[in-house]
Amino acid sequence: MKKITIVDYGSGNVLSAQKSFIKIAKANDIDAEVLISKKLNDVKDSTHIVLPGQGAFSTCMNGLKKTDGLIDELNEFALIKKRPFLGICVGMQMLANTSEENGVHDGLGWIDGQIKLLHGHNLKLPHMGWNLAIPTSSKYNNLIATKNDYYFVHSYYFNCADRDNILAETKYGTNFASIVGKENIYGVQFHPEKSSSQGLNLLKEFIRI
Amino acid sequence: MVKIRIIPCLDVKDGRVVKGINFLNLIDAGDPVEQAKHYSDNGADEICFLDISASLENRDTMVNVVRKTANEVFIPLTVGGGISSIENIKALLKAGADKVSINSAAIKNPNIIKEASEYFGNQCIVVAVDAKKHKNDWFVYSHGGTKKTDLLALNWIEKVQNLGAGEILLTSMDKDGTKSGFDNELLSKVSEFLKIPLIASGGVGNLDHFYDGVIKGKADALLAASVFHFNEISIKEVKTYLKEKNINIRD
Repeated sequence: MKKITIVDYGSGNVLSAQKSFIKIAKANDIDAEVLISKKLNDVKDSTHIVLPGQGAFSTCMNGLKKTDGLIDELNEFALIKKRPFLGICVGMQMLANTSEENGVHDGLGWIDGQIKLLHGHNLKLPHMGWNLAIPTSSKYNNLIATKNDYYFVHSYYFNCADRDNILAETKYGTNFASIVGKENIYGVQFHPEKSSSQGLNLLKEFIRI
Repeated sequence: MVKIRIIPCLDVKDGRVVKGINFLNLIDAGDPVEQAKHYSDNGADEICFLDISASLENRDTMVNVVRKTANEVFIPLTVGGGISSIENIKALLKAGADKVSINSAAIKNPNIIKEASEYFGNQCIVVAVDAKKHKNDWFVYSHGGTKKTDLLALNWIEKVQNLGAGEILLTSMDKDGTKSGFDNELLSKVSEFLKIPLIASGGVGNLDHFYDGVIKGKADALLAASVFHFNEISIKEVKTYLKEKNINIRD
């Protein structure tokens, strides 16, 4: 039995993520419980953790800090127990060392890199809509095997310090990391829960890890 | 690069679709979930619900509609119509909406845009603008296009962008319902200064109109209602057509 916890710290639409996990678990006969929770015990007992994120980076980090011991518990889960962890959108960005969104703010620092503003000539922000994620290597890339369109909504991107941690790239003004991964820790800049069947497929691959 | 989005819009009143698909034998043609699912399965890039309920009480039913839709539909969902407070927005986002579109409430109190985008992030705040041309200028209308305001559309759009809108949904009241194409003159004027995505709405009647909305209007997304609801054009046809003309479209 899988226990998937979507970390609840006051970030926007987390219901869609829960519904999509329930849907794919059911469609694939995977026995899974999918919770939205910030309880330390739920984090401790989980087989998989999903960190969502919408809005400003610092608001999201502060939301995590508000629950005493939550970050420690997440550290334990991802870095010590090394269980599968997925950050979505700002949840992915929080894996970085720092973000430059409205000042400089510290992230979890699990995957080396900085969060920077997307830039390019006449580039509209946010980068909103469907765009192609192209896998950069086949190495421990369980999440996507082929290039596919996913739904993005963001203005900042993950500038990875180590190219080995980039699993897929997307072009908007510049090429940026749309999927990052390091051992058991994954992050997707797009919203798989809003990316139709290919998005659900990615979530399925994640809970199969 | 990011793809041009095709967005069907459904009018929902008291929790039921009143302007939606008319050509399929849906089990329950009034069910917004079933209609949204149909469009999602057929290649819609996003779904838009416009709540036209007359009373405040019935707006609560929209929250339930959104919740049920989030169970079945896994593409972005925008909800508009009668949104007037941060509490309204919070309830809809919590129920599974990805964006809300604000219209009259923003005209009455522009600060709601700033407040909402700071609170929820600008990515989920769409400002809907209904515009109509008088002599050489476009004016903004409120209350579902029934009340003319003194606001010039171009000035207003620039203002809401500065207040933190994440996207503009621009409906031409001159074109709406005419099937003579989008108001590309208006759209292109807005595109000249807009730094956030622009959704074109009102007037689409054939495949070329979609193409012109992208090329002449420079819109990032194209919204349509009746051509889809009456199956005059399917979303797949639009996408195939645009793709053949080298517009960047999701398969």
